[in-house]
Amino acid sequence: MCTTCGCGSNEVFIRGKRRAGNADAPVRFRPHAAEAGVKDGEATRIIKLEQDILARNNSVADQNRQLFSVHGVLALNLVSSPGSGKTTLLVRTLEALKGKFPLAVIEGDQQTDNDAERIRTTGVDAIQINTGKGCHLDAQMIERCLRQMSLPQRGMLFIENVGNLVCPATFDLGEAAKVVVLSVTEGEDKPLKYPDMFRAARLMLMNKCDLLPYLAFDVARAEEYARRVNPAIRIIRISATSGEGMAEWLAWLAAEQQACA
Amino acid sequence: MHEMSLAESALQIIDDAARAQGFKRVKKVWLEIGQLSCVEKQAMRFCFDTVVKDSIADGAQLEIIETAGQGRCNTCGHETQIATLYEACPQCGSYGMQVIAGDAMRVKELEVE
Repeated sequence: MCTTCGCGSNEVFIRGKRRAGNADAPVRFRPHAAEAGVKDGEATRIIKLEQDILARNNSVADQNRQLFSVHGVLALNLVSSPGSGKTTLLVRTLEALKGKFPLAVIEGDQQTDNDAERIRTTGVDAIQINTGKGCHLDAQMIERCLRQMSLPQRGMLFIENVGNLVCPATFDLGEAAKVVVLSVTEGEDKPLKYPDMFRAARLMLMNKCDLLPYLAFDVARAEEYARRVNPAIRIIRISATSGEGMAEWLAWLAAEQQACA
Repeated sequence: MHEMSLAESALQIIDDAARAQGFKRVKKVWLEIGQLSCVEKQAMRFCFDTVVKDSIADGAQLEIIETAGQGRCNTCGHETQIATLYEACPQCGSYGMQVIAGDAMRVKELEVE
């Protein structure tokens, strides 16, 4: 276990798969296996490996992606800082899409299943992954979830990652796209401060736009910074509270879903 | 800090190699870490030393080979060294250099016995 931030894979829990009041027992991830049996005094040799450290994650992510493809599921990886309004935006999105598409949610947080509970109030199935001290979701956690949930055939699976603009950028989960949420109550230079995430995302939702009249946030500058890092990024100005931009976001989702089906 | 997960993945690669190639102990590990790879070197050292405790690589020396970032301009095709993802092309001033090298994270070599 890392004593700097406490990262580690031995405290990951998955909770609940159905609606409110029907949570399953948490599943515990096995801690890293310790090796034994070291002998001294043997001749040394050099072994060339040249192996990508992310290879295992990426191969599980590819399996996840293939599963989504077989079932025509649009899987999206929602990433942002803590407090950007991801969950509120997701709740509004689910309310708007309910009855039009099969839907499911995987929620990632270090602790509590508060967010999954919020999602379940919309009537949509939600699984909560608690990463313990971990700072991101990885492809294997998603694979474990997929084994215990029913996939939203020809629908959408929203994976809400741990609130963190750094670590989740590195880990492919098998999603069709990363969607980064940047709220206007944050600094407009976040795309430059956390370029890996904005480079990895295909869509940026500029959230809480209803608050713009009360803030000094420079929207044009934030968009320019995001495009410096990723010229191809699509940007939608949105507010979960006022509903601004929701139609454009929902249209984007429907088009992406159609591309998967 | 994702370096802990990455260090665990590196150890897994080492464990797999030990099973496949029948070595019992790792004395030295060479990791290639690109400058554009989202890995903090010091954090990786700390995490590596932590995850290898009681493993086949317990006490192994870690060598990090840093590789420079290399980008190609999507507009004019110019290739140049880059230190960040948001640098403008020195030839034409466009943003969005495509990364062509320096984003790798690899277990390169092991010294084993």
